[in-house]
Amino acid sequence: MTSRNPASRRPSRIGKWLRGLAGLVVLGLLSEILGRAGIVHRDFLPPASTILGRAVSLAGDGYFLTNLWSTIKAWAIGLAIAVGGGVPVGLLLGSVPVLNTAVRAVVEFLRPIPSVALIPLVSLILGSGQTTEVTLIVYAAAWPVLFNTIYGLQDVDPVAKETMRTFGFGRLAVIWRVSLPSAAPFIATGVRLAAAIALILAVGTEILSGFGQGLGTFIAQAQQSIDGTKDVLAGTVWTGALGLLVNVVLVQGERRLFRWHHAQTGGRS
Amino acid sequence: MMLEIEMVGHSYAGHTALQDVNLEVAGGELLSIVGPSGCGKSTLLRCIAGLIRPAQGRVVLNGAQIDDVPDNLAVVFQDYSRSLLPWLSVRDNVALPLRRRGKPKAERRAAAEAALATVGLSGADGMYPWQLSGGMQQRVSIARALAYRPALLLMDEPFGSVDAQTREDLEDLILQVRGDGMTILLVTHDIDESVYVGDRVAVLSRAPGTVIADLQVDLPAKRDQITTRELPEFVHLRAEVGRLVRGGAPASQAS
Repeated sequence: MTSRNPASRRPSRIGKWLRGLAGLVVLGLLSEILGRAGIVHRDFLPPASTILGRAVSLAGDGYFLTNLWSTIKAWAIGLAIAVGGGVPVGLLLGSVPVLNTAVRAVVEFLRPIPSVALIPLVSLILGSGQTTEVTLIVYAAAWPVLFNTIYGLQDVDPVAKETMRTFGFGRLAVIWRVSLPSAAPFIATGVRLAAAIALILAVGTEILSGFGQGLGTFIAQAQQSIDGTKDVLAGTVWTGALGLLVNVVLVQGERRLFRWHHAQTGGRS
Repeated sequence: MMLEIEMVGHSYAGHTALQDVNLEVAGGELLSIVGPSGCGKSTLLRCIAGLIRPAQGRVVLNGAQIDDVPDNLAVVFQDYSRSLLPWLSVRDNVALPLRRRGKPKAERRAAAEAALATVGLSGADGMYPWQLSGGMQQRVSIARALAYRPALLLMDEPFGSVDAQTREDLEDLILQVRGDGMTILLVTHDIDESVYVGDRVAVLSRAPGTVIADLQVDLPAKRDQITTRELPEFVHLRAEVGRLVRGGAPASQAS
């Protein structure tokens, strides 16, 4: 009965994993050779095994874990506020065209400013604590959520909306029962983009503000210390791992929740 | 009269889709509305459904003018795949409109399952629309309309996107489920279908669409695809409707 099965046309999941793994192994080997052979000085680029060993040992380091937790907390709070604000505002702008046109000018002015460029300004106003960090995360992460919500609403099928209207559902009920679920896969993509951006802003703010707590602070401080390169790199590995984990979890969640969407689009989006 | 369409006219951006449409439909009747493509059939249906307000004239349902979507009305659209909600199971799709009526969950579920059984889809309750064939999906949207128990059922080219065999099955399904005082308006461009299914056939002219003929279908109530279609009355009537649809120009414009 399942008429369209997109999975059959793609390489198998294990095959994909193996290819990804091969890329990582090659990168690791390359860095190992460059380091061990002395082509690159060890203080600039320690061998991959040293970096990974240090990254693993950091998992038992209380000081590092406090920093890691601090970043995760700021990231989660910022992302939650961005989603909690971005989705309703997007729903409002997406369903009231007049509002959308009115706000567009402001949005088009604000959006091209790279969020990272705002770090000094916001630090100046709010000081350099978690408030600054969360504020910047919210600002940067809200955009993809907002735009994907509006975009998702434009993609809602008018026939589905009319059908519900003919069954007597009012405007709000149609938004709740048709527009929002229909836009949900787009919103989820926005949230996934926002999660990555939020991590950039979290670590970036921590690095630039130079004190407080966080992965970024850990990396920035390691940079100042003697023989700190491997700590800098180990911290970077953790940041990457965190980003990867978040992405994998969200992608899997989307697959599970929006099976109907993939079935309809043939897995294109 | 249950439904009165009085001098209805409508235009989109300078294109006049409907002009001076007059029609009356009695309760329990099945009226086919047939006409060439682009004659404003769908526009007329949308005026009756309250989805658009006609620029001229008015539509009166049970004595009250239609300004908004009337209660007790259901529409089956041609695009079943777009009309059904893909994130809901077949059962939940059928049950959803009853939620608007404030029916308790158990009742909604029972009504949905009963309606699905009526259209011959008992086993598909837990499946998703996109897992079904086109014909089955259209059965689901018919079940959704039936579960709602509308006084007036509007169908806009409901069988336009399915294959010929499925089309015949669905026509018979409509003949089977009518009754219970439900009034049905079926918009189609298929001449045979309009005669086969209808108690009456209203023929619309080319745009601007207006009613050029209102014909009684004198066929036995019990119909089937083979014998009904070979009856002399059927053959005669389909020829007459066919001539009108092809000739299609309103009397004033015919030379």
